[in-house]
Amino acid sequence: MIYFDNVSKLYNNGQSAAIQEVTFQIDPKEFVSIVGHSGAGKSTLLKMIIAEDRPTSGTVFFESLDIHRIPRNRLPQYRRKIGTVFQDFKLLPHKTAYENVAFAMEANGRTDEEIAENVPQALALVDLTDKAWNFPNELSGGEKQRVAIARAIVNQPDIIVADEPTGNLDPIATYEVVQILRKINDLGTTVVMTTHNKGVIDELGRRVITMDGGRIVRDDESGKYVL
Amino acid sequence: MVTSFRRVVRAGFVGFWRNAYVSLASIFVITVALFVIGSTILIDQLLTVSLTQLQAKVDINVYFVTTAAEGDIDSLINSVKALPEVERVTFTSREEALKQFRAKYNGDTTTMQALDELKDNPLGSTIAIQAKETSQYESINRFLTEANNPVVDRINYADNRESIEKLSSIIAAVKQASFVTLIVLLVAAVMITFNTIRLAIFTAKEEISIMRLVGASNMYIRGPFMLQGLMYGLISGVLALLILYPIVMWLGPKTAVFFEFNLFDYFVSNFSYIFGVLVGIGVSLGLVSSVLAVARYLRV
Repeated sequence: MIYFDNVSKLYNNGQSAAIQEVTFQIDPKEFVSIVGHSGAGKSTLLKMIIAEDRPTSGTVFFESLDIHRIPRNRLPQYRRKIGTVFQDFKLLPHKTAYENVAFAMEANGRTDEEIAENVPQALALVDLTDKAWNFPNELSGGEKQRVAIARAIVNQPDIIVADEPTGNLDPIATYEVVQILRKINDLGTTVVMTTHNKGVIDELGRRVITMDGGRIVRDDESGKYVL
Repeated sequence: MVTSFRRVVRAGFVGFWRNAYVSLASIFVITVALFVIGSTILIDQLLTVSLTQLQAKVDINVYFVTTAAEGDIDSLINSVKALPEVERVTFTSREEALKQFRAKYNGDTTTMQALDELKDNPLGSTIAIQAKETSQYESINRFLTEANNPVVDRINYADNRESIEKLSSIIAAVKQASFVTLIVLLVAAVMITFNTIRLAIFTAKEEISIMRLVGASNMYIRGPFMLQGLMYGLISGVLALLILYPIVMWLGPKTAVFFEFNLFDYFVSNFSYIFGVLVGIGVSLGLVSSVLAVARYLRV
């Protein structure tokens, strides 16, 4: 589904590298965790998938599509295939949970009927039906992240990209968020997640890619957090 | 498509109200800019009109000798009229000149008595020549002097020359100065407006990045901001006119006395033109500023 082909990202005219000669593949319906220390290049990988960052050399494919050759005006259409979740939630503070989720559908040009049908479903999936009309500042960190996940899945993307989704959460909220991501994955959506959290990885028991200094040092089918 | 348009319009209005403070600041800045531009237009008009009036008062007078034959005078008038620089030639006959003289000195008994003593009309006929441009008087004068026509008694260009030249240079300087002022003010207005709107949109930076992440098209992101810029311009244009109106109404009678040109009448009769210019400049300022400001955050 996603192929990294000998991808490097260099800064300062090649003096320093965020990632070096990375090659790997993510298959459909996989749940892949990318682990590593800060600065290991985890986030850079994700940014390349969502076309926020481009490689210095090498190519990244989404199916047969070279991501970094998509014309700028076609990027929005491409991004609609991907749901994104971030450590800092990135919710719009002036919109309620419901509106934040609906906003993603509006931006995609969905009809009002579709929005009225799908948004409650997405909120139900993350177990936030009763907080639909609360604003982000009235929600806990875990609840905010669940709103963000509802927003990411509401357009039925092919893949969920989550950058440190549990980075700001307490253990219970972390557990809930990971369970939701696992549920989404069980329903057939590919999930790529970066994390620092050893407990999360060991609990999941899914594929783990370990990065260090911009290179992939381990890639285990049913991995543990080893660093 | 219709749904997207409706959403963009709604988002534009919501953004306008929700950022009321920022909207107010932008409107204030654009209003001031438009007010200055509007004033410059009016002042320029005032100057142009009064300068044309002054120019109309400048002329070369040719005084004929009292014995000049009508035929000689006519041929001179025709040759002057044939000059490309000449706008108008006004002929005053000896009798008219006398009549005007009498009217002018009506209360002055000494002069009247002196005039009555004379058997004959002491005044010669005259022609007043007006050039198309003030700078052309010199060549008309040269033409008349070189012809050295015996029926011509005197040409008063030499007397008027200094004031004519001074006026020509003042006219040129004032026109240049007002043009330069307008350009400088326009550039300043564009820069201030652009910066204000850019600051306003800076606060929406996070929102724009989120919109991009959820796959909103560039036009969908830009739309609400463009609508806001458009509203800033529209409201500012109307406000600037509302501020100008009482000022011009107050100045109107005063300018009518001083410049023989009623600014208020001009304002009222050219209202649609002034409205179009101010609102047009306001709307384009707002629109262009928003598009440029958002463009920064739309780059990948």
